[in-house]
Amino acid sequence: MSKSGTFKSSIGRKIAMALSALFLMIFLIQHLTINITATFSPETFNELSHFMGTNPVVQFIAQPILIFAVVFHFVMGFILEAKNRQARPINYKKNNGAANSSWMSRNMIYSGLVILAFLVLHFIDFWLPEMNYKYIAMNPEDPTRYYEELLHKFHSPIRVGAYVLAFVLLALHLLHGFGSAFQSLGQNNKYIDGLKKFGVIYSILIPLGFIVTAVVLYMNAQ
Amino acid sequence: MATLDAKIPKGPLKDKWTNHKNNINLVNPANKRLIDVIVVGTGLAGGSAAATLAELGYNVKAFCFQDSPRRAHSIAAQGGINAAKNYQGDGDSIYRLFYDTVKGGDYRSREANVYRLAEVSANIIDQCVAQGVPFAREYGGLLDNRSFGGVLVSRTFYAKGQTGQQLLLGAYSAMNRQIGRGKIKMYNRHEMMDVVKVDGKARGIIARNLVTGEIERHGAHAVVIASGGYGNIFFLSTNAMGSNASAAWKIHKKGAYFANPCFTQIHPTCIPVSGELQAKLTLMSESLRNDGRIWVPKKKEDVEAIRAGKLRPTQIKEEDRDYYLERRYPAFGNLVPRDVASRAAKERCDAGYGVNQTGEAVYLDFSSAITRYGKEAAHVKGLNENDNALVQKLGKEVVANKYGNLFQMYEKIVDENPYETPMMIYPAVHYTMGGIWVDYNLMTTVPGLYAIGEANFSDHGANRLGASALMQGLADGYFVLPYTIGDYLSNDIRTGAIPTDTKEFDEAEKEVVDRLEKLINNEGTKPVDHFHKRLGKIMWNKCGMARNEKDLKSAIEEIKALREEFWKDVRVPGTRNEFNEELAKAGRVADFLELGELFAKDALERTESCGGHFREESQTEEGEAKRDDENFKYVAAWEYKGEPSDAVLHKEDLVYENIELKTRSYK
Amino acid sequence: MNLTLKIWRQKDANSKGKMVDYQISDISGDMSFLEMLDVLNNQLIEKGEEPIAFDHDCREGICGMCSLYINGEAHGPDRGVTTCQLHMRKFKDGDTIYIEPFRAKAFPVVKDLAVDRSAFDRIQHAGGYVSVNTSGNTQDANAIPVQKENADMAFDAATCIGCGACVATCKNSSAMLFVGAKVSQYALLPQGEVEAKERVQNMVKQMDAEGFGNCSNTGACEVECPKGISLENIARMNREYLKATTSTKD
Repeated sequence: MSKSGTFKSSIGRKIAMALSALFLMIFLIQHLTINITATFSPETFNELSHFMGTNPVVQFIAQPILIFAVVFHFVMGFILEAKNRQARPINYKKNNGAANSSWMSRNMIYSGLVILAFLVLHFIDFWLPEMNYKYIAMNPEDPTRYYEELLHKFHSPIRVGAYVLAFVLLALHLLHGFGSAFQSLGQNNKYIDGLKKFGVIYSILIPLGFIVTAVVLYMNAQ
Repeated sequence: MATLDAKIPKGPLKDKWTNHKNNINLVNPANKRLIDVIVVGTGLAGGSAAATLAELGYNVKAFCFQDSPRRAHSIAAQGGINAAKNYQGDGDSIYRLFYDTVKGGDYRSREANVYRLAEVSANIIDQCVAQGVPFAREYGGLLDNRSFGGVLVSRTFYAKGQTGQQLLLGAYSAMNRQIGRGKIKMYNRHEMMDVVKVDGKARGIIARNLVTGEIERHGAHAVVIASGGYGNIFFLSTNAMGSNASAAWKIHKKGAYFANPCFTQIHPTCIPVSGELQAKLTLMSESLRNDGRIWVPKKKEDVEAIRAGKLRPTQIKEEDRDYYLERRYPAFGNLVPRDVASRAAKERCDAGYGVNQTGEAVYLDFSSAITRYGKEAAHVKGLNENDNALVQKLGKEVVANKYGNLFQMYEKIVDENPYETPMMIYPAVHYTMGGIWVDYNLMTTVPGLYAIGEANFSDHGANRLGASALMQGLADGYFVLPYTIGDYLSNDIRTGAIPTDTKEFDEAEKEVVDRLEKLINNEGTKPVDHFHKRLGKIMWNKCGMARNEKDLKSAIEEIKALREEFWKDVRVPGTRNEFNEELAKAGRVADFLELGELFAKDALERTESCGGHFREESQTEEGEAKRDDENFKYVAAWEYKGEPSDAVLHKEDLVYENIELKTRSYK
Repeated sequence: MNLTLKIWRQKDANSKGKMVDYQISDISGDMSFLEMLDVLNNQLIEKGEEPIAFDHDCREGICGMCSLYINGEAHGPDRGVTTCQLHMRKFKDGDTIYIEPFRAKAFPVVKDLAVDRSAFDRIQHAGGYVSVNTSGNTQDANAIPVQKENADMAFDAATCIGCGACVATCKNSSAMLFVGAKVSQYALLPQGEVEAKERVQNMVKQMDAEGFGNCSNTGACEVECPKGISLENIARMNREYLKATTSTKD
């Protein structure tokens, strides 16, 4: 985008939302692919995790981009929500939103907030200890430690419950978000019906994969 | 007072407009910036005029009472717009469009004006396409046409059933461009309350801001009235609720003659009245008559069974149906002009064959069209033409493609599915051919005061052909007025801005305020609608589809009495310094109550039958209208003299040099 | 049927408003919703009370002047109609009906149920046109054939009546369906394509300046639109905008 003001325009912002969303959706596939290996092959999981944790391209290029995309998606989401609320200073006494739109589409901010809360937990659980392990405590690299650490986190049924809940809301968020991202990017054409069907499958399978992983690990951890 | 000089240019008919354009005075571009023009009304005529005048360089102030120029009632025109393009190669030409229009108008319009209209018609289509108006197209990418009542060629361009909308939005977009450039200053939610004359010339208007109630003065070098027709005088009509005659009536009271007020068009294909509390009638495009067949039962007992709900129209056998238009007018059948179709429906219903509870409805049946189209489609697709279910399905698809939005509208209002059962229709007031008298330049009898579109009288004679209103509105606005007004304004290049702090503006404003005060402080007992409905009943019963001397005389008395009662007993709530719809409505109805009387007086004076004006005293043995060219081949232009009853008649003789007057026959 | 109406009353743009209850009886199912309000208004006038202000004009669903948020939906519970075409047969005896104005910061209330939608006009002033003079010196209408499919899509977009239901129903008060329809109509026709880039940018800029919210693709507008204007038009606008802002020419 050549114009400096692009992200100040409404359409520019929604396009930015959509692009960050697409990036995050691809990231989800990658993340799940690694996670799922933990359910059947701790060795593979350790190998992949070791690669991700030590490869400089992943660590110093992909990871900052990911963090930026996550932060951007949330911040922009909040800004848009605030702006959108300002666009209607007096609310309706009676509003029948269910008559014309899905619950998911009307409550992206709430599903998003739950996901944010989850991410905070996730960071505390994995990312912070990981950063501490590698860059602060400067522990020596151990390519076999990942699975054990992972299992350790899944002892608590409360934490697993929170994970499952968050992924249910992620599914709801994706059920609207997937198609919405393509619509925002102007892709509403003859492929849209197929794309929408794929979106539904994606939005259910990806979170389900995470849930299955969490539940299997919980059982393995007992 | 000026005598009636139509200022028709000399020379052969086909050269008149070109020669006139070559010879009239022009204003140079630098001087146009010094000239202000007011346009009242933003429909097809007003919107296109405002846009073109602004584009030429004049400073335009445009006024509309709605919240946006895009709401003007031109938007509701459905069927199409005529143009002598001859794209179909079916023998159409400027002359034929001219001829059809004069004949359709029952020889009561001015030859030179109609010829000019036909001449510029083709240009309108070019213009609108260039503006991005999405007309219907054929698969080859070229424009599609359809045929309309009263003619034998396909010259009607259309955009599904929303042609008026698309054309109006085209004019609105042209206006938007000029508003964006600052050349048009738009006044939404403003109503013109009066015209202001200085030294006999129109020099401005008094307007009321409908949101704040503020009275405003606006000066200009010329004033253009494009405020539409007065069909709402009947209360129930296909006009919009806000459509009114006040601008036209105000200028009439200030010296503009009012021509042929009794020429009203009753449109044959409207949805019948359903109840006492109904506020307006809905029209369905005449294009429906291309495929729909109109009928009533032949037998009285069938009529009664239908009214009692014991029999459904689909159960009536073919031989028991009276396709009365096809029977009476074999050459044109269901495509006779509007006035003929309307009267024929009234004739059947008066004879007791009306098919709904009120006895005022006839059937418009698409079953043969569905079968015909279905077979055609099956044939094209190589499917079985004898499979009835398939044929019905395919046929309905074709019909839905052509008239889908109209069918949906009908279903929403009547709650019956017109694909399965015939529609019920009845005539309703739709358009007024009469209006402010104008000369060839579209100037009224007041210098500097112009009237265009439905507000003037000029092109449609005693009956308007379908798809010609849009043509006339745009012709006046885009192509005629912007030229002719220059001739007058060329004298004003040194005048300078018109001051509004003069005694003429003081007086006009005082008059306006006094009347508003009178209405608001009247403290009567009945709302405005009460009087409007009663006026409508008088007009419909006594000045409607058929008129006679006795009824017209009593109408005049009744309207006069109702007017007096109105001023004694109307109750207008609120104040005049606020958004007060009742006050706006009261002013409009007060004007209708005066115009109604002139309407009846004009109808009484014209003892012939012609076009939409049918005098029961003047008919053939078969009940067809009988024109009287010897005594009535003129435009009746009325001059205001204080009371409608005192109006003075001026006659503009109509000269036909290029068309032979014939009895209009569609048999 | 007999009904309880809860109606928003507000004296003018600067006053605070509130919901007021009214009872109305003997309403027939064949009446339109606005005819029902006409009856109520005439009763109020006869009682010496202020009638309820609401916008309306053509009463056949095409002028776009009528509005109203009825029982939580723009133009009420029926589909594909404006309020003036909504018939009382959609309600039952004893119903309570909420009637509110279209609400958005960009649509301030004028009085009671009437709102000011001139923001829509201003968006159109910014670019809702083809810059062609109305002089009549244009080329023949058939000089440029237009693919029927495109002409039909342009027509469908052009049927927007500018009523504002899309804004009223959108949880974000976004005007993108309205703007998208206009942008699409011209983008689909060769006549409008020429200035497509400037048009979409100027119209979006004005739309944002008017204080409309942003589209979050809930699709509510498409459902409530009395003319069924498709969401595809918003997608097309996004595409046009992307095209216009990423092109090399500044």
